[in-house]
Amino acid sequence: MNLNLTLIGQAISFAIFVWFCMRFVWPPIHEALAERQKKIAEGLDAAARAERDLDLAQDAAQQRLREAKEQAAGILEQANRRGDRIVSEARDQAREEGERLKEAALAEIEQEKMRAKEELRAQVAALAIAGAEKILQRAVNDEVDQALLDRLADEL
Amino acid sequence: MAAESSTGYIQHHLQNLSFGRFPDGHWGFAHTSEEAASFGFWAIHVDSMLWSVGLGALFLWGFRRAAVKVTTGVPGMWQNIVEMAVEFVDNSVKESFHGQSKLIAPLSLTIFTWILLMNVMDLVPVDFIPVLAHAAGIEYFKVVPTTDLNVTLGMSISVFLLIVFYSIKIKGFGGFVGELTLHPFGKWMIPFNLLLEGVSLLAKPVSLGLRLFGNLYAGELIFILIALLPFYAQWALSVPWAIFHILIVVLQAFIFMMLTIVYLSMAHEDNH
Repeated sequence: MNLNLTLIGQAISFAIFVWFCMRFVWPPIHEALAERQKKIAEGLDAAARAERDLDLAQDAAQQRLREAKEQAAGILEQANRRGDRIVSEARDQAREEGERLKEAALAEIEQEKMRAKEELRAQVAALAIAGAEKILQRAVNDEVDQALLDRLADEL
Repeated sequence: MAAESSTGYIQHHLQNLSFGRFPDGHWGFAHTSEEAASFGFWAIHVDSMLWSVGLGALFLWGFRRAAVKVTTGVPGMWQNIVEMAVEFVDNSVKESFHGQSKLIAPLSLTIFTWILLMNVMDLVPVDFIPVLAHAAGIEYFKVVPTTDLNVTLGMSISVFLLIVFYSIKIKGFGGFVGELTLHPFGKWMIPFNLLLEGVSLLAKPVSLGLRLFGNLYAGELIFILIALLPFYAQWALSVPWAIFHILIVVLQAFIFMMLTIVYLSMAHEDNH
């Protein structure tokens, strides 16, 4: 085992290989590794952010739901109140209408009664005249009779 | 191979395919260990270079493919593996190295992956590739580059040069010399300080290279020894050893990388 030119040859190839590795092999791989590390870190960040966003969105949705429920309850209550009012108003109106109709009917009845009385009075007057004519058995002056009859009719 | 003696078999397996300058001046392949030894410094281990460069190219090709198609979205299977390696190295660097450097992380990735690939060759059964090579007419063929001291020292000395370079770059030439001479005993003991610090500085590349070489060489040697057993008994030893060796293969690659990071980190720090 003796030292010879191989040693120098090996040193030279060593230098060339190291140079090549430094120039063409190490930088791209190392860069890619660093790049991937960055991407993974960013990805993890994004995932955490997304989770937080989701929480916020869920909170907002729940808030919105609660508001909507409250609103619906309010609307329902209002509608109920308005319905009650409408019903009571209608009842009042119906009662008034009834009263009015009753009064009109009463007035009409009164009127009919008056007319019937008039007719009845006229007929009674005619009957009375006929009876008187028969009783007196004499013709009476039409004018005097008429005034007499009118007075009679007024009295009835 | 069965016809050879055990010693011959082991020696054959530990001999690199050498191309060098013969004592008479002409260049050529060595056909025997003696011829290879006669080359001295002016030789090159063709098998070591072929495998180490091939595996290094394989590493860069594979990782480059992942780098070209890299996506920040869902990664594919291969990109996943590459990213695992890159992140592992990146974390190791971040834990141990506190300076600013564009070089150190890719350097560590190259060291770790490349040494790992070279070590993994140790798990290929010791005779597979040499027998194929023999059939192709190649006498010697070692497939694990990290069992070649030249390879491990070639890398550790490169790391050593980086240590010196960064020491001077960060602390200045004066600062570097001061670090070597003025500690730990002050300026009246300069020769002694220089001896201490010099030894500790030089020990770094030597220990770095020898540790890797020693571990893998020993592992390879044990595989070769196991291969001397009758073929029906080999599995009883080679399987447990291979499983244990997986640990060593990864651990040694990791240790080489970590120590490189630590040494360079020390070179970047001013306090001594």
